Amino acid sequence: MTLGYVIYKLILVVVVFAVTLLIAMYSTYAERKVAGFLQDRLGPNRAGWFGILQPVADAVKLFMKEEMIPSVSNRTLFILAPGLSLLTACMTGVVIPWGTSLTLFGTSYSLQVTDVNIGILYLFGVVSIGVYGIMIGGWASNNKYSLLGALRASSQMISYEVAMGLSIIALIMTTGTLSVGQIAAQQHGWHWNILVQPLGCLIFIICAFAETNRAPFDLPECEQELVGGYHTEYSSMKMGFYLFAEYINMFISSAVISTFYFGGYNMPFVGRFIHDPNLLAVCGVVFLFAKIFFGIFFFMWVRWTIPRFRYDQLMNLGWKTLIPLSILNLVLTGAWMMRHEILSVFIK
Amino acid sequence: MVVFSKNPVHSVLYLVLTFFIIAAHYVLLNAQFLAAVHVIVYAGAIMVLFLFVIMLLNLNKETEPHKSIWLKASAAVASGLLLVVLVGSIKGAATVQSVNAFNPNIGLIENLGKTLFKDFLLPFEVSSVLLLAAMVGAVMLGKKSIK
Repeated sequence: MTLGYVIYKLILVVVVFAVTLLIAMYSTYAERKVAGFLQDRLGPNRAGWFGILQPVADAVKLFMKEEMIPSVSNRTLFILAPGLSLLTACMTGVVIPWGTSLTLFGTSYSLQVTDVNIGILYLFGVVSIGVYGIMIGGWASNNKYSLLGALRASSQMISYEVAMGLSIIALIMTTGTLSVGQIAAQQHGWHWNILVQPLGCLIFIICAFAETNRAPFDLPECEQELVGGYHTEYSSMKMGFYLFAEYINMFISSAVISTFYFGGYNMPFVGRFIHDPNLLAVCGVVFLFAKIFFGIFFFMWVRWTIPRFRYDQLMNLGWKTLIPLSILNLVLTGAWMMRHEILSVFIK
Repeated sequence: MVVFSKNPVHSVLYLVLTFFIIAAHYVLLNAQFLAAVHVIVYAGAIMVLFLFVIMLLNLNKETEPHKSIWLKASAAVASGLLLVVLVGSIKGAATVQSVNAFNPNIGLIENLGKTLFKDFLLPFEVSSVLLLAAMVGAVMLGKKSIK
């Protein structure tokens, strides 16, 4: 624990934080551009070159808007809730391995903030706390629509957390570790986990959509029924915080999906052309971000393609389809791992 | 704070905070797995259900049942006696030395898994059967009518 170590970790944390916020900021722009592309429109193109300054304009607008706190609401909790939402969204970034290690001046610097031995459980813990931001916000607004939105959001998140956890357990069984760094390192070359766990990967992606409250599972904020869901009463930058938290969640879930199932920073055949480990690490970061951007694009693609589910359909899908499927996946994985033992019983 | 808050929702939120502090104690004891599971299960799942129920019940002053003065007095006496017992037991326990040497790595997940599936396999499986029975019971109660 030297001073240099502390400084390096601090720099890494700040960089991860800044990149997360930057990507979330430009996701709002990308969302509208992708929507425009899919609907054969142009999208925002007034502020700056191809509308590239649109997020800045949005931020200025959100800050300048009049701030309103409902007089009957619970003031402290009303202010606390969006902050909590954003905090939990930002906290997940620390366990994701953004690349292998860089070697500078004889010292090796890992590009992962912390490789805790329970990284996956940490992710789950933070995700499960993320419900509180929405729930407190919905309750503190003292509005029936907000409360309904909050209840929908939290019941949806709890239901899909179960299936997500079960699909992850199968992944843990095949990889044999709970550390996110080791899972990424094991997928060297073509050993991507999606090839081992195709069903688990599918379940995980569906659950990630539900956890981030994105379409087709965006029932908590469905405008036609609930006016706006849990953030109906919010205005100005507090509203912006909720929207921002959603985009950060989207970025982080794309990062988690790419790390768990699509090889993380690994890319096949790169090791043959690039031999310098530092250059390889930089390439790894680039590949990871390419995968993440594709993931974000996929989120948007689905949002503008598939219509919203009905609430009972959502719950049926979660409890009656995804959970049995993930248990089946779990049993199959276990049977495959024990195949020699099982076969030897029958053959003998 | 959990007990003294007037608003039940505030009490629940303070209870969540308490769970976080307990989880932090687990981390200090080098039991990260326990801490993470504690946060996921208690703070993430059980307390959310508590919040659900309390938000939907919409508790307030008017609907609160009024208890008689005798009930309140007897509750105060009983809890006071419990406090005396607890303080007495803590005073007695402080002199007892711990027999086993503390293993700082016992909370790490590898060791925990090995202990759970080797030394404590039977209790582990029995508790899983108990949970299954509870789940089946809940489903039975939740069904409106059994044909």
